Amino acid sequence: MEKVLLISPEKCIGCGSCEMACSIEKEGEFRPALSRISVHRFEGGQNVPMACLQCEDAACMAACKTGALSRNEQGVVAVDKAKCIGCRMCVMACPFGNIGYNRVSRASFKCDQCGGDPECVKWCPTQALEFRPADTANLQRKRAFSAMMAKALEEVKG
Amino acid sequence: MTGWTGKVLRVNLADGTIRKEQLRTRDAEAYIGARGLGSKYWVDEVKDPMVDAMGPKNNLLFVTGPLTGTMATSAGRYEVVCKAPLTGTLAASNSGGYFGPELKYAGYDMIVFEGKSPKPVYLYIYNDTAELRDAAALWGKNTHETTDAILAETDPDAKVACIGPAGEKGVLFAAVINDKHRAAGRSGVGAVMGSKNLKAVAVRGTKGVRVADTAAFLATVRAAREKLAANPVTSAGLPAYGTNVLVNILNQAGGLPTRNFQTGHFEEADDISGETLSATLLVAKKGCAGCTSACGRVSKTTGTYAGSGEGPEYESAWSFGAACGISDLSAVTKANFLCNELGIDTITMGSTIACAMELFEKGLVTEADTGMDLSFGNAASMVEMVKKTAAREGFGDRLAQGSWRLASEAGHPELSMTTKKQEMPAYDPRALQGMGLEYATSNRGGCHVRGYLTSPEILGLPQKLDPDSIEEKPAWLKAFQDLTASFDSSGVCLFTTFAIGGEELAAQMAAATGVPYTADDIMKAGERIWNLERLFNLAAGYTKASDTLPPRLLNEPIPTGPAKGKVSRLPEMLPGYYAVRGWDESGVPTDEKLQELGLSRL
Repeated sequence: MEKVLLISPEKCIGCGSCEMACSIEKEGEFRPALSRISVHRFEGGQNVPMACLQCEDAACMAACKTGALSRNEQGVVAVDKAKCIGCRMCVMACPFGNIGYNRVSRASFKCDQCGGDPECVKWCPTQALEFRPADTANLQRKRAFSAMMAKALEEVKG
Repeated sequence: MTGWTGKVLRVNLADGTIRKEQLRTRDAEAYIGARGLGSKYWVDEVKDPMVDAMGPKNNLLFVTGPLTGTMATSAGRYEVVCKAPLTGTLAASNSGGYFGPELKYAGYDMIVFEGKSPKPVYLYIYNDTAELRDAAALWGKNTHETTDAILAETDPDAKVACIGPAGEKGVLFAAVINDKHRAAGRSGVGAVMGSKNLKAVAVRGTKGVRVADTAAFLATVRAAREKLAANPVTSAGLPAYGTNVLVNILNQAGGLPTRNFQTGHFEEADDISGETLSATLLVAKKGCAGCTSACGRVSKTTGTYAGSGEGPEYESAWSFGAACGISDLSAVTKANFLCNELGIDTITMGSTIACAMELFEKGLVTEADTGMDLSFGNAASMVEMVKKTAAREGFGDRLAQGSWRLASEAGHPELSMTTKKQEMPAYDPRALQGMGLEYATSNRGGCHVRGYLTSPEILGLPQKLDPDSIEEKPAWLKAFQDLTASFDSSGVCLFTTFAIGGEELAAQMAAATGVPYTADDIMKAGERIWNLERLFNLAAGYTKASDTLPPRLLNEPIPTGPAKGKVSRLPEMLPGYYAVRGWDESGVPTDEKLQELGLSRL
């Protein structure tokens, strides 16, 4: 079953647990600079976690000329380090900045959803990050919004 | 090394040289980091506790802990250490936000600043590169302008700790402000930074922090986080209302000091409470690096006191609110915003204004001195005095010395609500006996976060103690002081101690550093740090006589509210405290105690 990373910025408190969980998993150290997910904190108190959303029409894949980027069975756009020549075309192509380049490993890096069990989701203290079935990920938003509608209806009736 | 980066950045401001050196490993193990290790470095290198706090010989250290920047529970903290101009004690001011972790990611456990720069400078660090840059154009700017200007000329992802005009002008309780809204607030560390012509430290780090045993570390963090998630304070009270959740709680206990500690009950407390803040000015809740509680408040005011920023914390809501007899939350919040922008400690600022208000009402200072009505409850004057203090303009120049010097000049030092010349925060020692002992014995003068007995006395954590009892308080306070010293030194936020203790800290420390810390080791390290600070104070001229409270709290019963009729019974507790500390009757650590802790007299 294909799942997607569902980000709810309104729940994010900006703690960066996701960055630390990601970097310890992928790099073996707490290193936000190489985290596949990053939190952007704004003056008004808004916090926005950013990570690859595994686009159906992925600009990074289209830009890659060596076949280093391909989509696997889980729907994840994966980097094949052996094929990556370090041209960074994918970095330039991603409109969201969600793919980076590691100068030490000489390859692009991006979220691979930890093989189906994302560490960032496991460590997020506020459920601002969730990992949900792709075909029904929208339903909980609908539920949350419809609950507000239901409450309003109740008040109108009551 | 793991946990620690093993590197120290040493900056000589006088000649502009910068060098990297190895961290002293044995001292790091014994004093942990941040508050403890910074104090140890200061004492070993400066040596003389009588040195002029505002002079070039006073080293200024920015120190992280071994857990700072890791995923350990709420481990986003660092400490600014120097001799304090307000108190003459060691200052160790703790702050959160994102600055501390960034310093670790750049590869350093601490920065040691020595000497005084001939002209305004700031330090910019990008991993292995560190340079002093001209700060002439930044001098005079507030902390927000300074931060924005530095981010624009360095790296938008850098983190900035800086001073505002108050630090430049030597306001004795000037703060260091990082990430625009987080303060290493107390004791005047910002004034020391200003005395060195050091406007800011900006750091960008793209490296990582390693731990000794990743699997064990993550397991201990997970277990500790589960305790935080199950605890009513760290999982509900702090996230919902911030630290300001305490206003109503303390007022109901009769321990909310009001109008310069003239009573312990504020009739209009709810107007400045966390509940009211949430319902009116709150915009968002915010966590520091690695924090799951998010007690930070992003807020916005409109009208006369229009502004935006973060706060107020409980202590600030109290100092500008109840302490000054003010119930206008917008004015209180505006004063807090101004303090963050101008670089001032909110607790001492509010409490000093409260002292001035009492002097004013008693006719000991007059409108000719102050330039305006300074009666209790005058919100407009309170906000104005914050600005005047930062500028050292008019009466603000006298306020800039703190309440002890202000009241002494007016001939009434007893009206300053201080211990060791530092203003006590928002807990009336007459209503909370343990907090009285805490204020009197705190190594940095009036302070609530050296041994927060409010936790057992009011919140019932880890167990309920009668706030009015005294028998068990010395032993409890010693345990809290020692544990707190270790938490502060590790990089973990003190607020986690509502839910976790020495066992959980030891487990995280051991897995991170590879040093097999036990809970006993954590308590022992805390005791070592506590005694080092005490030895400093004794060598800096403090004696048993300064382990006391303002006479009002010892002699004048609280006149109104739930704790009516109470006074502090400090004199009955102090001998017991010295005894559990292993100090002699004069409050001096015995030879046996020092030997046990591996300390020698200064």
